[in-house]
Amino acid sequence: MATVSEPPKEAFRLSQLIYDTRYRSMTIQIVALVAFLILIGWLISNTAQNLADLGKEPSFRFLGESAGYDINQRLIDYNNQDSHMRAAVVGILNTLLVAILGCATATILGVIIGVARLSKNWLVGRLMTIYVEIFRNVPVLLWIVFIMAILIETLPPPNAFRGDDPDATMKLFDTVAITNRGVYIPDPVFGADAKDEKGEFLEEPVGWRVGLGDFPIGASRDNPACESYYATEGPGAGEPAASCGTFQVSLDLLLVLAVLVSGFYASHRIKRRADRIQEATGLRPVTWYLRLGVVVLPFAITLWALGFYFAYPELRGFNFQGGTHMRNSLIALWLALSLYTAAFIAEIVRAGILAISHGQTEAAAALGLRPKRIMNLVILPQALRVIIPPLISMWLNLTKNSSLAIAVGYMDITGTLMGITLNQTGRELETVLLGMLIYLTISLIISAVMNWYNRSVKLVER
Amino acid sequence: MSEVSYVRTEILPERDPPVIATGLIGWMRENLFSGWFNSALTILSLTFVVMLLDGILPWIFSPTWHATSLGECREILRGMGREGHYPGACWGVIRDRWVQLLFGFYPSELYWRPIMAFLLLGVALAPVLFSDRVPRKLLWFSAVYPFLFPWLLWGGSIWVPLSALAGFVIGWFVFRAADARAGGLAGIVAGVLAALVWWLLLSGYVVQGLDAILPIGIEAVQSRNFGGFMLSVTIGVVAIACSLPIGIVLALGRQSDLLIVKALCVGFIEFIRGVPLITLLFVASTLLNIFMPPGTNFDIILRVIIMATLFASAYMAEVVRGGLAALPQGQYEGADSLGLDYWQAQRLVIMPQALKISIPGIVSTFIGLFKDTTLVSIIGLLDPLGLSNAIRADSDWNGIVWELYGFIALLFFVVCFAMSRYSMYLERKLNTGHR
Repeated sequence: MATVSEPPKEAFRLSQLIYDTRYRSMTIQIVALVAFLILIGWLISNTAQNLADLGKEPSFRFLGESAGYDINQRLIDYNNQDSHMRAAVVGILNTLLVAILGCATATILGVIIGVARLSKNWLVGRLMTIYVEIFRNVPVLLWIVFIMAILIETLPPPNAFRGDDPDATMKLFDTVAITNRGVYIPDPVFGADAKDEKGEFLEEPVGWRVGLGDFPIGASRDNPACESYYATEGPGAGEPAASCGTFQVSLDLLLVLAVLVSGFYASHRIKRRADRIQEATGLRPVTWYLRLGVVVLPFAITLWALGFYFAYPELRGFNFQGGTHMRNSLIALWLALSLYTAAFIAEIVRAGILAISHGQTEAAAALGLRPKRIMNLVILPQALRVIIPPLISMWLNLTKNSSLAIAVGYMDITGTLMGITLNQTGRELETVLLGMLIYLTISLIISAVMNWYNRSVKLVER
Repeated sequence: MSEVSYVRTEILPERDPPVIATGLIGWMRENLFSGWFNSALTILSLTFVVMLLDGILPWIFSPTWHATSLGECREILRGMGREGHYPGACWGVIRDRWVQLLFGFYPSELYWRPIMAFLLLGVALAPVLFSDRVPRKLLWFSAVYPFLFPWLLWGGSIWVPLSALAGFVIGWFVFRAADARAGGLAGIVAGVLAALVWWLLLSGYVVQGLDAILPIGIEAVQSRNFGGFMLSVTIGVVAIACSLPIGIVLALGRQSDLLIVKALCVGFIEFIRGVPLITLLFVASTLLNIFMPPGTNFDIILRVIIMATLFASAYMAEVVRGGLAALPQGQYEGADSLGLDYWQAQRLVIMPQALKISIPGIVSTFIGLFKDTTLVSIIGLLDPLGLSNAIRADSDWNGIVWELYGFIALLFFVVCFAMSRYSMYLERKLNTGHR
């Protein structure tokens, strides 16, 4: 006796595709997919036709051609004979430079302002509110051009530093020159004994602290620029000239970084050992001098052995020479992006701290924790979970906003690839799509890394 | 011996709190000078404020309103004995050019049209923004306004917006007719098809014919004459109005069970959110014409509006998705158990709550979009920032910086600040929580 009643078998009718919920979702999806494919096909066929009419074959060969324009602010060597590709790489590095500088400054400023806005001090709280409202409600592009104008208009020109009684002086014990052409800061250099005070190689090193020099990746003996690199004697032997190889890695810097990282690792091991001893005996050994020592001592010794010194900027002729020149465009962009984003980060931090209920503080106090430990052990770890996700999206926003560099002439990827390269080669399609792809990659990498970090600090619930 | 002399038998009269704990002094001790750290902070910030005001106030108060050039400003200030690098502001430039900063190169005899358009914008928005104080009948005007707005700004024949409106009316009637005969989905398809047929095939001839018979219209204004704050507001308002519905649809698509629809929505949202707006504006200015059929050449402002709308709708979708995710599952199940279908459940149960939760995010997206309209100056449109360069190119005002930037910043600040205050008001009004 079968009690299961089978649904009546019916022939499939076409109308079931629309009215039967079993098939409808499939219908909708297929229609959506077909519509999407038709749209894409339509766009591609239009593009192909238009490009054919214009006589432009889509190709990326222009990337290998000589760029022919200069980039004044750059992290790697570049001259106007280099390819468009290299110009784009210089642009990408500039984008990353300003993004990293901006994110760091904006986060520090934002945390300070966010905490100060919650201060019990009435005046400080109000001032911070005014700051946040002013910066949030005025476009970031306006801030960028505004700060650029402040730098150009109010700072002293280099010739104001000249003479016996100059109008302007260098700041921070004569090491930093702030002028309306940019800021000159000391340049960290290795190999003190191999160079004179202008940074030129001496005929004979006066000591053994000559540094390790640079390693040119992709150097070849055929390249005349590499002559000095393969030479065994003479001034600057073993040092590649600027245009030798595609990219030069400073071996000194690598060594210093390696020493620093291993120092931190050793310090971490000491902390772990102290933790273990505390777990076992209840007494924590005093380790701060050990931990400080394993980081600082090897670092300082390495720096000294490599002949580390600062090359200071110096007024010569009409302008400052030596040191690192940070152009106004970089400073304006960096400052404006940091100040603007800091206003948003301040609100995020404030909301994060306010989101932790007061009961947490009271419970921690009831356990006998002191205020500083309450903040460190109870409030901050919980607030951070609220703060980090929107903070990541603020960093992403800052990185994307750095594309406004084009307004002040800072040569980031928008200025090089999607700016001058586009205008010179007339390859709109390739350059703009490539530029979008680069930004997309940067954004996706940042958000992937940060989401991974976010998952690792997330509260594990049932 | 049992006499305990210090036990009081009657209650003491209440006394006022000490002077240092009440009034201004008490407030200051509490809020400004509680502890050495707080006192130091107060003194530091006070010094900072005084120095800032001391630097800026004398500059602001400068009687140069009627000057006609930067040189004249300097004359006036020198006459007052004010010398130096920045003796005072030159407000003459604002008096001379504020109209241009607001309207760009729009023909001056036609200024009434944008003014009218933005006044009517207020009327059309009133029933939406302040639904409890304004009669609901006005919503009819809000529905018609999207057709009135471009006509007032760009001008031309009145039959163009009317035929666009007619497309919606035709679509609606076809939908009603088909709905009664063949039911829901078929009705929608028929209605959309009818409207598309009207817009793409028929309306052109009808407009031409009507124009020949009854040429009613106002003077047409070219897009390149648009500029100033009017341009920012135009781009902002249209993009804001279009991005909310598109964003809601994208958010629903991203939350949906239909895999392909979901993948398309996620791809679109993540792509748009991963690239800066400026690259999308480059697409608008250089690539959009390449993507269209050969021979199409549509307006640069329209292209920018399309890109700004797409940009904002991706962000809007994420905000709305946050609201949807914040709703407890019970709301979806409750709506299902009432027998509501998907769209009814969305319209009656889910969306009203999800949108209420996401109001702060929605408004901050609006504010962000409105601020981002300044980016159009980079692709050569004359928004206030673009105009400021044009004004400086005039030999009379060569060298003016702060006055122009200050004025533009003030314009944006007022609008954005008003929007953020409105969102707070709306949150309070819609708050049905019990806390």
